[in-house]
Amino acid sequence: MIGIIDYGMGNLHSVSKALERLDLSYFLSEAPAELAKAEGLILPGVGSFKDAMTLLKEKEQEAFIKMWVRDGKPLLGICLGMQLLFEGSEENGSTEGLGFLPGYAKRFTGEAESGENYKVPHMGWNKLMFQQPDHPLLQNTEEGHVYFVHSYVIDTKEEDVLIATSDYYREVPAVVGHKNVMGTQFHPEKSSQLGMKMLENFGKVVAEGSKKYE
Amino acid sequence: MLTKRIIPCLDVKEGRVVKGVQFVDLRDAGDPVELAAFYDEQGADELVFLDISASHEGRKTMVEVVREVAGKLAIPFTVGGGINALDDMRTILRAGADKVSLNTAAVKRPELITEGSDYFGSQCIVVAIDAKYDDELGSWRIYTHGGRKPTDWEVTDWAKEVVKRGAGEILLTSMDQDGAKTGFDLALTKKVNEAVSVPVIASGGAGAKQDFVGVFEDAQADAALAASIFHYKETSVEEVKSYLREKGVRVR
Repeated sequence: MIGIIDYGMGNLHSVSKALERLDLSYFLSEAPAELAKAEGLILPGVGSFKDAMTLLKEKEQEAFIKMWVRDGKPLLGICLGMQLLFEGSEENGSTEGLGFLPGYAKRFTGEAESGENYKVPHMGWNKLMFQQPDHPLLQNTEEGHVYFVHSYVIDTKEEDVLIATSDYYREVPAVVGHKNVMGTQFHPEKSSQLGMKMLENFGKVVAEGSKKYE
Repeated sequence: MLTKRIIPCLDVKEGRVVKGVQFVDLRDAGDPVELAAFYDEQGADELVFLDISASHEGRKTMVEVVREVAGKLAIPFTVGGGINALDDMRTILRAGADKVSLNTAAVKRPELITEGSDYFGSQCIVVAIDAKYDDELGSWRIYTHGGRKPTDWEVTDWAKEVVKRGAGEILLTSMDQDGAKTGFDLALTKKVNEAVSVPVIASGGAGAKQDFVGVFEDAQADAALAASIFHYKETSVEEVKSYLREKGVRVR
């Protein structure tokens, strides 16, 4: 059973509908006591990093998620939910994140190295380049296009966490992860077959349990 | 790098698609859900539903349609038509639409754009602009009420205004080209695209697959929207995309 963390930010509807189409059982909850009954968690999210962290603290979900990860159970962050897995964000000054993965969210500059101006947000379909094709999330998939909408991008020096990247005037970490912590910058639930396959793969990771990461 | 998006547009009246796809073997060519799935399969990058219902009942039906489409579709979709207040946006977005598109209501009360964008994020807020060339103005003038009512706005002034107020995307329809099937309005699209920093969806005038090359290559649109050309099988999303690929335009 997958628990979707409801903290008041994000399109929970589309994620849950996608899981329904895949026949993956799930529930939505904001209560850590309920979420603790799940075998895998999804942290969705759209909007401001700072607001999201404030809500996660207010609802006492931050401590719960940290414990969950320490216990080695699978967690998938989507879009803003993925960025929250990192150390922090530059948005509105500086906000500390959950800190599972090394790196910070920074705003796209809007100006390429060549001096050319480009549009922010990075919105639309972009191609994935697999950095770790053997990762469980990428099983039985091929490099293809997925749907992105974001103005902030993860900056990391730790290449080990990059499972797939994309290119938008710079390198864009698109699928990230370390052991039981995983995330996608794009919206798998809006990314046609490739995105659906990755959600299905997360479902398999959850079903197989957390043993493989121990 | 990002690919150029192809977006079929469906007009929905009282919960039924009008000018629906007549050619394919669908159980029900007026069913928005079935048509949405059909275009998804063809490789459409996104869909736009325009609610042209006149009645309150029709609008309520639209919410049901949105909910059903959201349950089936694994690509983003936008809903426009009759969205006049924050509550309307909330209803449609909660039902599962990814974006709402504002038109007349935004011109009447531009604060609506800001309110929507502050509340839901600018990525959810599309502003639809209907523009027609005006000799007196020496540029394009904005019209509202489905193109019936002229306003005082010049197109780039209005485009900049909506972006300043938080619009995440502009759906730009050329009234001069709409229905003419002689190609997109490249000059208009280019002008607006150069004036703003958000994605521009060009609409109006697509008559053949060749028309899509210019709108992406010359006018630099981020996406192109078309309706009848796809509905009446003059071409298909697949065909347009493979033609664009041949011409070196990046598509999914």
